[in-house]
Amino acid sequence: MLSSSEGRVTWQGANIHSLGEEYFTQLTYFGHRPGVKDELTTVENLRVAAGLSGIALSTQKAADALQKVGLAGRESVPARLLSEGQRRRVSLARLVICTTKLWLLDEVLTALDKTAIVFVGSLIEEHLAQGGMAIVATHQDLALSRGLTQRLELTT
Amino acid sequence: MLRWIVWRDLILAWRRRADALSTLFFFVIVVSLFPLGIGPETELLRSIAPGVVWVAALLASMLSLGRLFANDYQDGTLEQLLLTPQPLYLVVLGKVAAQWLTSELPLVCIAPLLGVQFGVSNETLKILVISLVLGTPVLSFIGSIGAALTLGLKSSSVLISILVLPLYVPVLIFGAGAVEASIMGLSPSSHIYLLSSVSILSLIFAPWATAAALRISIE
Repeated sequence: MLSSSEGRVTWQGANIHSLGEEYFTQLTYFGHRPGVKDELTTVENLRVAAGLSGIALSTQKAADALQKVGLAGRESVPARLLSEGQRRRVSLARLVICTTKLWLLDEVLTALDKTAIVFVGSLIEEHLAQGGMAIVATHQDLALSRGLTQRLELTT
Repeated sequence: MLRWIVWRDLILAWRRRADALSTLFFFVIVVSLFPLGIGPETELLRSIAPGVVWVAALLASMLSLGRLFANDYQDGTLEQLLLTPQPLYLVVLGKVAAQWLTSELPLVCIAPLLGVQFGVSNETLKILVISLVLGTPVLSFIGSIGAALTLGLKSSSVLISILVLPLYVPVLIFGAGAVEASIMGLSPSSHIYLLSSVSILSLIFAPWATAAALRISIE
């Protein structure tokens, strides 16, 4: 969302500013704030998120995705009753259903427990194995197989 | 896509209906205070009716504008909306449409009832409703620009009023003018035509300006 102060960001050889919405069709972003509406139930949140990125998601499929991220039985719970970690899991479920190539994950592990962290790791690996790309910024350790990943350590 | 945005915002508004109701009650109370304060002087009430109803509608719409993007901004859903593969123009159009349906349409519906307090004729009430139907979308559209520009600022609600209320002046003049013409027995059509053209112009240009303002605010 910020424009770069130097250099340029390209996607498949074209500058992302000239690509515009075309670039967004390939992108799933996971930010600091989970992007989950308090008043909507978990299933509604997921269906709206999918609908906005152009995927028609049935209630059943949304429930399946929520089950995968460990929210089984909470399909009709309003998101305001969830804990911070559970809210982020609702947001993670977007990664399960999305069909985009590029994932931008910013501090994706915040407020997640150990099993969820392992799950995120496997989700990313599965995505990479299918030919996807993921850029992950994190302060915590994320165990990913070395073959497919590059690690940049940033220090101030 | 547009359907999803409108559907989402309508559900959100329904689950938070106290917000929409407070706008409506604000409108009702402000308009009702004038006959109470001025007393039973029919002539005077009749002549101030158009202005009072229209000014109250402007002020009431200010109440809901602050919420238009602020809630989405706080919980991070606005970021997601900005990154959807559809033009931002459509996102804004959907959100403004939902805002109009939940916050402005109730005002339009109750306005004839309030007009009765001012002793205006049925014909005039009809013109009042027509002018509101044409004018209130402009309030939503222009207001959305202000809401997007002041996103994330402290004291943004005051700032929105200062930014947006002056821009409402043409709508106020044509809207109240149409009703006034009808009260004086003249044809309100010229005012109505002008109001329609303002309405169409804002439909075309305002979402575009709001989209640009949102991009600036989110950076």
